[in-house]
Amino acid sequence: MSKRQVKVYPRFERLWHWSQVLLIMALLFTGLGLNGLHGVIPFGPAVMIHTIAALALLALWVFATFWLFTTGTWRQFVPTLDGLVEVIKFYGWGVFHGEQHPHKKVIWRKHNPLQVLAYFGLKMAIFPLVWSTGILYMTYNFWEHLPNAGFYMNIIANLHLLAGYIVAAFIIVHLYLLTIGSGFRAHVKPMITGYEDINLTPEQEAYLEESEPWRLKSKEG
Amino acid sequence: MMIDTTRNGLAGLCILLASAFGAPAQEQSTAQSIVAATSPAGTGSTADHTKFPILQREFTSGPEVTAACLTCHTEADDQMMHSIHFKWEFDNPRTGQHLGKSVVVNSFCGNVAGNEPRCTSCHAGYGWDDMSQPPPRQSTVGTGWDITLPRPTPASGQNNAVDCLACHDRSGQYTKAATLSGHPPMSPVPEGLKTITGADAWAVDLKQAAQSVGMPGRENCGNCHFYGGGGDNVKHGDLSSALYNPTKEVDVHMATDGLNFTCSTCHVTDKHTWAGSRYDVLASDPHGTGKPGERRDVATCESCHGNEPHPVGGNPLLVAKGLKLNDHTNKIACQTCHIPEFARGGVATKTLWDWSTAGQLDDGKMIKRHEYTQSDGKELHTYLSTKGDFDWGENVVPFYSWFNGQIEYTLADAIIDPSQTVEINRIGGVQGEEGARIWPFKRMIGRQAYDSGNNKLAYSHVWGPETDTAFWTNFDWAKAVEAGMKAAGQEYSGEYGFVDTHMYWPITHMVAPATEALDCKSCHAKDGRLEGLTGFYMPGRDPFSYAGMLGMLMVAGTLFGVIGHALLRKFVKKSGGASHE
Repeated sequence: MSKRQVKVYPRFERLWHWSQVLLIMALLFTGLGLNGLHGVIPFGPAVMIHTIAALALLALWVFATFWLFTTGTWRQFVPTLDGLVEVIKFYGWGVFHGEQHPHKKVIWRKHNPLQVLAYFGLKMAIFPLVWSTGILYMTYNFWEHLPNAGFYMNIIANLHLLAGYIVAAFIIVHLYLLTIGSGFRAHVKPMITGYEDINLTPEQEAYLEESEPWRLKSKEG
Repeated sequence: MMIDTTRNGLAGLCILLASAFGAPAQEQSTAQSIVAATSPAGTGSTADHTKFPILQREFTSGPEVTAACLTCHTEADDQMMHSIHFKWEFDNPRTGQHLGKSVVVNSFCGNVAGNEPRCTSCHAGYGWDDMSQPPPRQSTVGTGWDITLPRPTPASGQNNAVDCLACHDRSGQYTKAATLSGHPPMSPVPEGLKTITGADAWAVDLKQAAQSVGMPGRENCGNCHFYGGGGDNVKHGDLSSALYNPTKEVDVHMATDGLNFTCSTCHVTDKHTWAGSRYDVLASDPHGTGKPGERRDVATCESCHGNEPHPVGGNPLLVAKGLKLNDHTNKIACQTCHIPEFARGGVATKTLWDWSTAGQLDDGKMIKRHEYTQSDGKELHTYLSTKGDFDWGENVVPFYSWFNGQIEYTLADAIIDPSQTVEINRIGGVQGEEGARIWPFKRMIGRQAYDSGNNKLAYSHVWGPETDTAFWTNFDWAKAVEAGMKAAGQEYSGEYGFVDTHMYWPITHMVAPATEALDCKSCHAKDGRLEGLTGFYMPGRDPFSYAGMLGMLMVAGTLFGVIGHALLRKFVKKSGGASHE
């Protein structure tokens, strides 16, 4: 095993991540404004931005989903129990006692098991709750003729709001965890450059050296 | 009997005054010059009325002119006599109520019955001086108000009691006297006679008026409709003299520097029947513009603007805006956003009328207080011995309610609960109802007489300079109510009291330019304009709902957890080196 800087976040994944950051920030900010929590942006423009950003995010998610499946990257996000307990123990105990993070990044598991579980939940539960309620909200005028439409609208709007708050809570934890260990900047860097310290088997290293040399940074670098 | 006395007394008074003052030519007031500033009638007519021999003569009464009109316009009298302008009756097809000016009690002057010569001054006919009878079809007053002259014979039995000139005079100098049951002031004009707009009366030139006729302009309608309730903008709130020559800011459609609409541009007519009714409102018009060329006899905004009136185009943001605004049109009436305030343009409207304080005298003399200053500096009355206490408002924020177009009146036979505020008219429609939208209203606050023995609204006899029962002459409520009930043919317990009332007036005129329309946050905010309307989800007005609180709690809990974790790391950790990968 040797630790090498490997490009594990290709250009599209980084573009996806940072576009998502921008759009979610815009959506959270305008969304909370529309909910009446602040009036930094006037209501009308906030509606426009929220709507356009939501549609853009939906489009981005369509591309990302397509990308995940065509490239096989979806496997990175399949939850595993393997090593999960150790990671939980680390954040609950070891981190206070100077222990090392138990997860060793490998090329087919660039996230730790707890991270995987969190992203899986985000992709499969939280985001679907956001977009399903959002789309129903946006298309209210198409189904308002159904009986009790107003009642359902109320539920949908409140679920959408709750989903928004869950995303906000996720972001807080997501950002906080970047501060643990090698530090915030070091943790953000891979999502900018695409290169992450990965434990490679000699076979993997040899394969990359041979077939995909652009994914490997030279040992000196 | 009493009514006959009133009428004869009135006529007698006129003759007396006329002979005493030798028919002085009255100074024409400024009001007339406003009237003379005509707005456009229809052009392109194929007839020049100055060339008709039948109109090239002197006329001595309104009915005479009408008789001349009917020689060519053979069906006009019949058409008019079936219209609400003439009948003052309306059978509401939806509620089954029998309504109309001749029937209803309102929270302004109250009722027509018993006060006819004054109230019927704005009747689109001549000589209706008894509400217990239908309006006369043929004028009984021979030549105007002067009964000493011989009566004309209506041509071929036609109905000369219709007032053609009130609506069709384009000379600007025709008017109706305030107290002559719809007749115009003729020479000699009695001292003190007023017109329907409250100006000093002048002798009208009927020949000039007859030769000038055309389609109605704003002042033809306005001279009555702007002065309902006894003064400028008193009643409606959105119909005032500001609409004679409005700017775009006051009314974007009627603006003289803009589209220059007349009333009948929207209130289209067929056989002298007008689109648009306050008794039976088309509160939502999903039919919209209809098919190309389709005739639609409605006065709705949608009949011109359609159901998706907001532009959807330009950049994606503007597309989103247009779509979202158009999403509102099924729940929000156009008027709600586009008439941000009523009583604009410098003319205040009466917002409160408390009859119960009327009748106070100062040493036997009438009290008049003028403590409301209109934006143009004019002092408006806030107390009159004849009428009680008032409040006024300019640029008034409307009252909002769901509205399906149906208005149910508290008629004189309805039992009321005097311990509550009585709704003179109830706005129909609830949230979620098909065809119900949020509409703006003027909510008139009233306190008015009722029959406290029978718990019914009371009619009162207020106008009658010659009677010993009219309130404005005698300041005696007991007599005034008794006489009013008698004139209306109502049972009366003999006891009266005063009850708080609300009366609702749909606001639909004085549409502002689009740039002046309500902003989203006018409603989408805490304590916004729709605060009183609940039971539905509206974003922006309740961030601290259960879901909102739960969400905030969750975020706060997360923050708390993260901060706690960080503090633990700082203080418990012995040495660094732990790494999150």
